[in-house]
Amino acid sequence: MEHETIIGLEVHTQLLTRSKMFCRCSADYASAPPNSHVCPVCLGMPGVLPTINRKAIEYAVMTALALQCRIPEFTKFDRKNYPYPDLMKGYQISQYDAPIGVQGWMLTETAGEQRRVNIKRVHLEEDVAKLIHRTDSVGESYSLIDVNRAGVPLMEIVTEPDLRSPEEARQFLMKLRTILQYLGVSTGNMEEGSFRCDANVSIRPEGSADTLAKVEVKNMNSFKAVYRALEFEASRQRKVAAERGRLYQETRGWADDKGVTQPQRSKEYAQDYRYFPEPDLPPLTLSPAWVDELRASLPGLPEARRDQFASRYALPEYDARLLAGSKALADYFGECMKAYHGPAPEKRAKTVSNWLLGEFARWINAEGMEIHQSRVTPPQLVELVEMCEQNALTGPAAKAVFEEMFRTGHPPREIAARLGLTQISDLSAVEAAVKAAIAANAQAVVDFRAGKQQSLTFLVGQVMKATRGRANPGVVTEILRRELETG
Amino acid sequence: MKLSREEVKHLALLVRLGLSEDEIERLREQLSNILENFEILQQVDTTDVPPTAHCIALENVLRDDQSGPSLAPEEVLSNAPNREEQYFRVRAVLEQ
Repeated sequence: MEHETIIGLEVHTQLLTRSKMFCRCSADYASAPPNSHVCPVCLGMPGVLPTINRKAIEYAVMTALALQCRIPEFTKFDRKNYPYPDLMKGYQISQYDAPIGVQGWMLTETAGEQRRVNIKRVHLEEDVAKLIHRTDSVGESYSLIDVNRAGVPLMEIVTEPDLRSPEEARQFLMKLRTILQYLGVSTGNMEEGSFRCDANVSIRPEGSADTLAKVEVKNMNSFKAVYRALEFEASRQRKVAAERGRLYQETRGWADDKGVTQPQRSKEYAQDYRYFPEPDLPPLTLSPAWVDELRASLPGLPEARRDQFASRYALPEYDARLLAGSKALADYFGECMKAYHGPAPEKRAKTVSNWLLGEFARWINAEGMEIHQSRVTPPQLVELVEMCEQNALTGPAAKAVFEEMFRTGHPPREIAARLGLTQISDLSAVEAAVKAAIAANAQAVVDFRAGKQQSLTFLVGQVMKATRGRANPGVVTEILRRELETG
Repeated sequence: MKLSREEVKHLALLVRLGLSEDEIERLREQLSNILENFEILQQVDTTDVPPTAHCIALENVLRDDQSGPSLAPEEVLSNAPNREEQYFRVRAVLEQ
């Protein structure tokens, strides 16, 4: 029997506010010493009163709007009670039955096929403290608590079980992250834990409405991990079903090093969160006027940016989509185009795009850097492009200059001069190099005269090597032909 | 409504309280009493009263997103029964 895969996602993302969700401690704890961003409120001391961060509400509403959600006028916070040391108060302030946004959707595209993924809800809660597990000298394990993260605004986005493959889930997540980055509400960094994802995975006989047991998969710390974990889990379930085994509703953790999902030990009693309305926080009314104001403030989202690049700069759809797929890259491209004032911007746009998607992306990835960390500024990249257009640099020399720009942040003209990479404009120097190459490669010359065209390419290569890429390959070819045919 | 001993024990487990037999019985009495008082309140006719979770009609109490000073870590840890370096230290708890 054929089974289809059913996936629902639950995403938690930290919001980029200055202060925490319910107190004024700084939410930027990444490089802070342990327990240095803590106050009586996030420490859960008796008698303190939390206050709602307006910005966090606005970010959640903006996200919900970008995900086409309905924003109910009434929303409130609730207490979710459970005993775990990462909760300082013994409960987490969250939202239960009146979330910020409901009934949204997002289009996702996999292998050219567009599908609509419904968003069940968008709600706000507070992040929890960080636990560090250690073992003492006699093998007893214990935990250390750093409360800095507790109280950082955390937004939860839950999809309906509408995803049908691990690849679709990955595409959805990447698009969602891009939207959050465009909105400026989250860094979307998965490795650093500011963007986290759990998944519900099940299978069902094709055409049937009944899924077999729903399995919750946790502990996926990268987009690749999400894909691999879901692939593994879906095929594990198919295998169990094929062998007529029984599937259990359970929670499984992804073990990245082993490439498997493993059952997680569950608590011995059923979850009993005893939600009730948070007595310390009055409810909220999200007036249509406020929501409209936030709607009007939404920046252009990836698809709008892609269309803009394609129409304004006549970029191919492929380039426009890749550039717009990352807010940082799209911004960088925009800066490059702003730094250019000459005629025919569309011709320039394609060249800039080639550099950004080629060498620039290659070096950024190779160094594991973020685009904003790049030492090459947009005006410098434009200057490099101009030098190529003016034939001041050959292709290989331009790549060498770019590498040096990437390493040092120095301007291209200075580097080209220092490395002696500016194109040889003295024709007699090129001619001398051509003659030397002909003299040193007698066999290739014989082969060429016998009609072997590849020998010409070989000889051009020899001249380029001798001039360290500084000769213009077109000019070299021309002179070579002339010398070979007359010689 | 009288709570059963089992219900009291379940609640105690949820909030991680170890109760003696005497305490289970005493809390069963007291908690049942609270529930009975709510049963009396439930007799009030609230047909035309909108539900609320708050007794003061406040809404939209919000704070601007500005960060302020936090406590000194030494102060944060000053009540900790057990600490290590600049962290609270607790016994290992079963991972979820």
